[in-house]
Amino acid sequence: MNSYFTSTLFRKTLAALSGLFLTLFLIGHLVGNLQLIMLSGSAAQEQFNEYAFFMTTNPLVKILSLLTYTSIILHTILTIFLAIQSKNARPVDYAVSSGSENSSWASRNMPLLGVLVMVFIAIHMKSFWYEMHWGQVGNDPWGNQDLYTVTVTAFREVWYTAFYVFSMIILGFHLNHGVASAFQTLGLKTQKYLSPIEKFAGAFSILVPVAFASIPIILYLQSL
Amino acid sequence: MANLNLTLKIWRQDGPEEIGEFKTYHVTRLNTHMSFLEMLDVLNEELVNTGDEPVAFDHDCREGICGMCSMVINGRPHGPLEGTTACQLHMRHFNNDDTITIEPWRAKPFPVIKDLVVDRTSFDRIIQSGGFVSINTGSAPDGNAIPIGKEIAEDAFDAAACIGCGACVAACKNASASLFTASKISQLALLPQGQPEREERAIRMVRQMDEEGFGHCTNTGACEAECPKEISVDYIRKMNWEYHRANVRG
Repeated sequence: MNSYFTSTLFRKTLAALSGLFLTLFLIGHLVGNLQLIMLSGSAAQEQFNEYAFFMTTNPLVKILSLLTYTSIILHTILTIFLAIQSKNARPVDYAVSSGSENSSWASRNMPLLGVLVMVFIAIHMKSFWYEMHWGQVGNDPWGNQDLYTVTVTAFREVWYTAFYVFSMIILGFHLNHGVASAFQTLGLKTQKYLSPIEKFAGAFSILVPVAFASIPIILYLQSL
Repeated sequence: MANLNLTLKIWRQDGPEEIGEFKTYHVTRLNTHMSFLEMLDVLNEELVNTGDEPVAFDHDCREGICGMCSMVINGRPHGPLEGTTACQLHMRHFNNDDTITIEPWRAKPFPVIKDLVVDRTSFDRIIQSGGFVSINTGSAPDGNAIPIGKEIAEDAFDAAACIGCGACVAACKNASASLFTASKISQLALLPQGQPEREERAIRMVRQMDEEGFGHCTNTGACEAECPKEISVDYIRKMNWEYHRANVRG
């Protein structure tokens, strides 16, 4: 039993489970974000800021957010460790490598994609999460912290919007390989479920990043 | 029957501790019906005739079933043709004046012995750790004493098709031996004869694979694409499942 917890496969299992949890988190986050564009003007401001207040105070959300932070840290540390292990498994590289002949680009570049997603998360959290907790965010007319204005102001900047959209494309590639791969690692991608899992993962990796990216694009266009 | 002229860039390394390098050779007027290994035979004959050291490479049956030949040809294990070993790759798949780069399998658990020959005993140790069924001696059992359904028999046979060549490791960007190990674990887990040692086998073989220093599987599917026996990555899924199952059961 001891060798199980130190085995590569166990570490991969944790990476897969934390990855899948973060995939679920994306859905929740997306639903929250959509409130920025579902309504407009002060109605959206009131709705979004009330939602932000709920998200920062509800104890159940606190537990979920702790799980999310744990998953991000676990997923990052485990995959860095695994990537180093893989690097060590091939001390001498090939002079000629034809990876594109036998595998997808995303599958070969998960560490790079992961690092880029991590950079995005850091900047993203600085812009909103950090500002909300420790920054100078004013109150809206209803007495809540005005995260809505912070968000709308941020996406008036074309470069910030472009960076967000670029990051969503990166996230899409990361999900495109990661979601189906997690099911394979867990041993659940059986022949029977192979096609549904791959279709779901494929659709998810396109629809979710597109939906995320559409919000700052709409906010930017509204600001013009 | 066309004649081929080729430029070969071949990895030359005198021994495990020596520093290797690529050397360029020209071979001319090759018969396109030759296999890739026969093409190397022609080169080696020329090298011997001129007093040079012939290129060392592994080969045995030369009919695609032994798994000895092991070389990365233009970045692909066993060359560009799918579902074949290097010995079954014929020169008609190359064009006149092509430059072909030939390298050994690259993985820490496959150290180079000489030129294109690598030491694959790490695979033997994985098999020794659990890739067998313990059968008491006695008279030979009747062939049909244990009925096995056709679908299971086929599935087990597809896994058993692994010839242990190591192309999966060579193709994998992580130098993972998952497809090799998974094939044997799956084959025996599917069959009734493999049941008594099923859990112990999965745990031991996965542990040995780790200890040999192979990388982990990131499900790129490169192994399946390059496997000369076209073994499915579904067996890796099975191995993962078998390993979790074995550990949960203790």
